Amino acid sequence: MNYIPEGLRRLWHRMGSPRWFYETTGSWVPWLGVAAALLIGVGTVWGLAYAPPDYLQGNSFRIIYIHVPAAYLAQAGYMLMAVCGVVLLVWRMKLADMVMATVAPIGAAFTFLALVTGAIWGKPTWGTYWIWDARITSVLILLFLYLGIMGLRRAIERPEAAGRACAILAIVGVINIPIIQYSVDWWMTLHQPATFTITEAPAMPASMWIPLLLNVLGFNLLFALSVIQGTRTEVLVRERRTRWVTELCRQER
Amino acid sequence: MSFDSFAEFFAMGGHGFYVWLSYLSTAVVVAFVLVWPLWRRRRFLREQRGRIHRADALGQQTEAEAHASEA
Amino acid sequence: MTSSPVTEPSLWVLFRGQLRRDLLLAFGQPSELANPLAFFVVVITLFPLGVSPEPDVLASMAPGVLWIAALLATLLGLEALFRRDRDDGTLEQMVLQAQPLYLPVVARMLAHWMVTGLPLTLLAPLLGGMLNLRPEAQLPLMIGLALGTPVLVLLGGVGAALTVGLRTGGMLLALLVLPLFVPVLILGVSAAELASSGLDPSGPLLWLAAGASFAITTVPFAIAGALRIGVEVG
Repeated sequence: MNYIPEGLRRLWHRMGSPRWFYETTGSWVPWLGVAAALLIGVGTVWGLAYAPPDYLQGNSFRIIYIHVPAAYLAQAGYMLMAVCGVVLLVWRMKLADMVMATVAPIGAAFTFLALVTGAIWGKPTWGTYWIWDARITSVLILLFLYLGIMGLRRAIERPEAAGRACAILAIVGVINIPIIQYSVDWWMTLHQPATFTITEAPAMPASMWIPLLLNVLGFNLLFALSVIQGTRTEVLVRERRTRWVTELCRQER
Repeated sequence: MSFDSFAEFFAMGGHGFYVWLSYLSTAVVVAFVLVWPLWRRRRFLREQRGRIHRADALGQQTEAEAHASEA
Repeated sequence: MTSSPVTEPSLWVLFRGQLRRDLLLAFGQPSELANPLAFFVVVITLFPLGVSPEPDVLASMAPGVLWIAALLATLLGLEALFRRDRDDGTLEQMVLQAQPLYLPVVARMLAHWMVTGLPLTLLAPLLGGMLNLRPEAQLPLMIGLALGTPVLVLLGGVGAALTVGLRTGGMLLALLVLPLFVPVLILGVSAAELASSGLDPSGPLLWLAAGASFAITTVPFAIAGALRIGVEVG
């Protein structure tokens, strides 16, 4: 372990203390909020008003500026939960379980948004709200995976056991996600004529993809902001029997 | 500007319903994602403060103090 | 002073012992055995009644219907998988013994498969015939089920181990496990459909074989880990 830089090692040890996390991240929250608002604001206004309309889809393509960030966060959220799961099982870091518990409903919300925006986008593009194509079906299955983790956590009473059970489920799930996506994709190519190819779009001009990038970054920061806020609360809840939390509750407005 | 007037912007070339419905849904989800942790935090603080005040009033140890003396 | 060393049972003996015990218990309760099979048959019977009895329609959906019924029947059997063990305390014994948990888990899964997945696989051609499944598809269907049902049992075993003892039981188990079943479903049905059209079904079947070998070697670890958590809760 000597090749790990001292700074990282110290950070790792600090993360073993939920209290450290709470006290350190307090000052981050407003900055994250401002940065996220700025990026999303600029990206959205640019994408809605200034980007040129798409040759094939007209103005409905502007839904991309929220659909792509949502779909990305849906996937990334689940992967984050799996990483937390590994950290929890291998190193028994309590903070990892707190993050995992916070990410689940937030990731599920973005998955739902990806489904909804995908379906709404489908109507002007293909004429129907719901079409069983590979992508939307995979996102739907991802939503089920999220709901499963949330259901399992709720069903097990002891938080430590619930955390470890969800960790196992998240790891099993994350390994299965690419398998599920490939198999669903393959099934769709067997059963649908290849007219529904939405993937190979011509290269987007900068005036179209820059706002997309801005929104992706902005939504990532928004996600980080919510996860940090939620984890801070989770820290308070789980450590409520400690002196520092009791003091904090007395002082807090 | 890709649109010549606000009316055009709103209409989105006939796709206005879809675009605005999507952005509205996003606003709802973003609001949820921001408000939910804050609401949980407020609820926890409220309940915990209640427990502490009750313990103080009864002259009893709060959970933390009991926990510390057990440890 | 030399005392005669206590010979620890070899791993193979342990495995065989667990397997024999599970099989005996299973066959001791023939009604439990019959349940998933009966379910399989009944569900399949619903399709001609609920969709259409026309031979052509049935033929086109036969692979899917057979596989979905197999999935659901496996799910049904999974609930009971560890419940009995937990109720009579053998689950705790299994978890707390010194030898690795991997082997009893594999034995348990094998026994469970032998009383659920295997009978399904053997019964499938008969039901396939009743659904007008093309004769060319019968063998690929059976091979697919033979390879796929172990994977279903293993993946379902993870869900069953995670939810053992929970009151929510069945519905949560279904939610946890059905998404994981999707690739097996797709591969199995594709093999049968390809064969029905006269094409070569070996692609999906090879993938199923690969999946089965991967699952048998890795999933029992997840099941063992999940069982340990369950025992601590109870």
